[in-house]
Amino acid sequence: MPKTTDDSIKDFRGVWVYVEHADGKATGVSWELLTPGRHMADALGVELGVMIVGDSGSRLATEAFAYGADIAYIIDGPVFSHYRTEPHMRAVVHLINKYQPEIFLLGATVTGRDLASAIAIEVDTGLTADCTQLGVDVEKRLFEMTRPAFGGNIMATILCEQHRPQMATVRPRVMPMPARQPGRLGRIVREELELKEADIATKILKFFPTESEGVNIAEADIIVTAGRGVGSAENLRMIEELAQATGGVVGASRAVVDLGWISYAHQVGQTGKTVRPRLYIAVGVSGAIQHLVGMQNADTIIAINNDPEAPIFSVASVGIVGDLFEVVPELTRQIKAAREQAAANV
Amino acid sequence: MHVVVCVKQVPDTTQVRVDPVTNTLIREGIPTVVNPFDYYALECALSIKARFGATVTLISMGPPDAVKSLKKCLAYGADRAVLLTDRAFAGSDTWATSYALSAAVRRLSQDEPVDIVICGKQTIDGDTAQTGPGIARHLGWQQVTYSTGVEHVDPDARTITAERKLERGKEIVRTTLPVVVTVVEDAPEIRYASLPGIITSLRYTPETWSVQQVDVELANLGLKGSPTKVKRIFAPPQRSGGEVVSVEKAGLVDAVKSAVDVLHTQGVL
Amino acid sequence: MPEKFDVIVVGAGLSGLSAAYTMVNKGLNVIVIERGDYPGAKNVMGGVLYRQPTSEVFPEFWKEAPVERPVIEQDMWLLSDASAVKAGHRSEAWAREPYNAFTVLRGKFDAWLGQKVADAGALIVPGTTVVDLLRDGRGRVIGVRTNRPDGDLLANIVILADGAVSLLSEKIELHTRWKPNQLALAVKEILAPPGKSDERAKIIEERFGLAPGEGLTIEMYGALTKGMVGTAFLYTNKDTLSFGVGALLSDYAEFKQNPHALLQIAKQHPALAPLFAGCEVREYAAHLIPEGGYDAIPPLFADGVMVVGDAAQLCNGLHREGSNLAVTSGKLAGETAIEAHNKGDFFGKTLSAYAAKLNDTFVIKDLRKYRRASQHMEKNRQFFTSYPAMLNNMATEFFTVDSVPKREKQWKIFKMAGNKLKIAADLWGLFKVVK
Repeated sequence: MPKTTDDSIKDFRGVWVYVEHADGKATGVSWELLTPGRHMADALGVELGVMIVGDSGSRLATEAFAYGADIAYIIDGPVFSHYRTEPHMRAVVHLINKYQPEIFLLGATVTGRDLASAIAIEVDTGLTADCTQLGVDVEKRLFEMTRPAFGGNIMATILCEQHRPQMATVRPRVMPMPARQPGRLGRIVREELELKEADIATKILKFFPTESEGVNIAEADIIVTAGRGVGSAENLRMIEELAQATGGVVGASRAVVDLGWISYAHQVGQTGKTVRPRLYIAVGVSGAIQHLVGMQNADTIIAINNDPEAPIFSVASVGIVGDLFEVVPELTRQIKAAREQAAANV
Repeated sequence: MHVVVCVKQVPDTTQVRVDPVTNTLIREGIPTVVNPFDYYALECALSIKARFGATVTLISMGPPDAVKSLKKCLAYGADRAVLLTDRAFAGSDTWATSYALSAAVRRLSQDEPVDIVICGKQTIDGDTAQTGPGIARHLGWQQVTYSTGVEHVDPDARTITAERKLERGKEIVRTTLPVVVTVVEDAPEIRYASLPGIITSLRYTPETWSVQQVDVELANLGLKGSPTKVKRIFAPPQRSGGEVVSVEKAGLVDAVKSAVDVLHTQGVL
Repeated sequence: MPEKFDVIVVGAGLSGLSAAYTMVNKGLNVIVIERGDYPGAKNVMGGVLYRQPTSEVFPEFWKEAPVERPVIEQDMWLLSDASAVKAGHRSEAWAREPYNAFTVLRGKFDAWLGQKVADAGALIVPGTTVVDLLRDGRGRVIGVRTNRPDGDLLANIVILADGAVSLLSEKIELHTRWKPNQLALAVKEILAPPGKSDERAKIIEERFGLAPGEGLTIEMYGALTKGMVGTAFLYTNKDTLSFGVGALLSDYAEFKQNPHALLQIAKQHPALAPLFAGCEVREYAAHLIPEGGYDAIPPLFADGVMVVGDAAQLCNGLHREGSNLAVTSGKLAGETAIEAHNKGDFFGKTLSAYAAKLNDTFVIKDLRKYRRASQHMEKNRQFFTSYPAMLNNMATEFFTVDSVPKREKQWKIFKMAGNKLKIAADLWGLFKVVK
């Protein structure tokens, strides 16, 4: 039974972010979460903490301070060298029970979702998945977690009034990266957890890294996305040329991936990646809601489609209605020309 | 061995819309389907049954109409199907849902101890991926999420070996039974149901359990047992569209130029 | 060993479900195999269902079934390129019980009917295709083979209700493949006016001059089929319209017409366009309709097998009747199966009672009466081309007030008719076909 009570809720203070890391490197979303985390901590007048499980050299803590954290809670030990649910869950639960944060954020990654789901039950609190907007009611100290539901067709704002911490996961690239302030300092709190390898049931037998396909659309600044309207796998050549001219990478709608024209790594949208590039060019993409939820945070969106009614135009900064087989080569040409001119002017 | 598969009947989310005036879901005529990820879970269970021998039981929580989805799934070769249906369950969030389902698993274990619970990685209506791990925690079992398939089950050593799909790659893990596994869409697709399987399912009536049949505290169920509450729902904010130019009207070069101009003013180039 | 049933019905349309319902109500062990994901899933008919024959099998069905609107008005339009001559009949008696006909969307209606038949005790297997019939050494049909693993089933009788193309009756050589002029291809859209369901219903009632809940049908001949032997049709549903065009399959090739384009052009006709203003297309579908008439009806039975509905070409194109023939044939086949079951004899001789019974009903009587109608129309295309145009020209002349004295006008109209002997002969020919 949930054990937080009205009285004990008051004891929970502070906003925390879980720092997910592998091979000594934190995932981008861990730092992205420090942006709303900082904002809410300031609004509530509390400290912004990060929780790092397995950071022997405090290198990640230093990085977290540079991105705005005030405190780093660290639990370290040999059992934490690779992520496994059980030991990591035990470590986080230990810290939550001891330091009682009121808000706790994790990235909605495979690891973040696996861990957050387990923790929420273990500490008897609510968890809201895949939030896209975070807010806080300062007076009531309530965390307002907004997320898409029903495949992105509706948004729901969710509260966790009677339980602490109030937990949420947030998809990568939804929140902007905080400014990095090298040399910014913070406090480190180290905790010990008695946990031996023999006590842990799960063993990782093998790991196969994904063969790099040379594309990481989630991190790209410029993406040119091909939709079904492109017509065939061969025509993707034209999209690649435009991507090259812009210095971007090629993305794809779900239809294009399902048709086998390009690999899943390129897929943008609800079942693919959420992206937040500076420029997003959608070519022959009609703009189903499942696609829009994955890309509408782009700074500038150009849409090219022959159907003036295509929903993609409703989110585009500028839309071109026309035959993409004419428009794309012309756009490639004009962008190349603009770039050459800019280079000449330097 | 006893394998339980969790199945959810969900609205076909591709057809759900929000009334922009009332901010309520337009449910008129929205068909329901079996959560597509659950078919991967079911195939995973049937493959364990075929390779290692097992009883496969389906459980679902939902309105009485959800027996339809259980019958549909039974056709593929499951042995038994149980629907948890009671007004007391209505409005449950993932905490309360996984609590109720874990109670059902405990109840099933009285007939034959359950070794493995398999869920789809998430549902298409909730999209949380929290119920599977929630069941594991409520039961105090191991969890293997985002699995692309179970490679091996050793009933004597009480271990299971499965592959997981991560952002960085794939890992093979071994853990102990009992365990909850959630399955991703990279796993093998559901087999083609046999004709005798379909006929069996047509004649089968799933068991329906109310709160009376499972050992639960009512305070942990439904809206009041759910730590999270929906404060409000609304239509997704539409990013307002900018200028739309037509090649037919503006001509190719000028139409494209208007886009390139925007890139200039926004400093993208 | 495959499971054995008393009867296997192939196809969960009106004829198959009528047969199945008749049989399960008498305690037979019946399984229905349906290709679509549910009964009605593959049925694209949006049309007219007649109350009387349907209630012979499903008494008072309209009280629970998802029918769209009772038909209170039936119109016929003869169209030229830009005008229309309209005739029709409206009766408020048809707005009340016992009703004459309803517009239905068969996708919805058949799903309901399938559930009713399943509740009565038939097993309805969806998503499964019968690929062949099983026969014993003497050629007797003893079961079916489906496309599923372990997909054979045995039965004393198989009833083929597999629709207009009926590959199965072809497989057991009850008929050879239909010729393209024995089938019509209809394409149809479901069109929805703007707004919510009740707003859409209101728009439909306003546009067609209907009281709330009432419906009408319009059959159109002339310009819309571009010279092909065919019709266009419009039915009012609850909150949508069914509009389609159909023509002989052979004519599409001969006249180089694309059915989809034909439909789009038809919607633009000035007599129709305002009725469709603001409508969005909800569904698009194509469907084959048997048009072979009496002479195309295959043998209706053989040892262990009977053929019903569209599969037996039981369709009266001239009167737009098909669903009633399907229900009646299904019912009679079901009754014959019950008799055969009681006798324990499933040979052709026993099953021949089905054909004998059907011969005594309107089904065969009407089809025999109109046996030459389709061929006659094919040979006399003026009924679809010059005559509708001519009638429109005459009507335009008649109704135009232009200070021409009436006597002169009548003479002008009389001259428009051209060769009077030819018209007289055509009318006589038509009379002979339908008499």
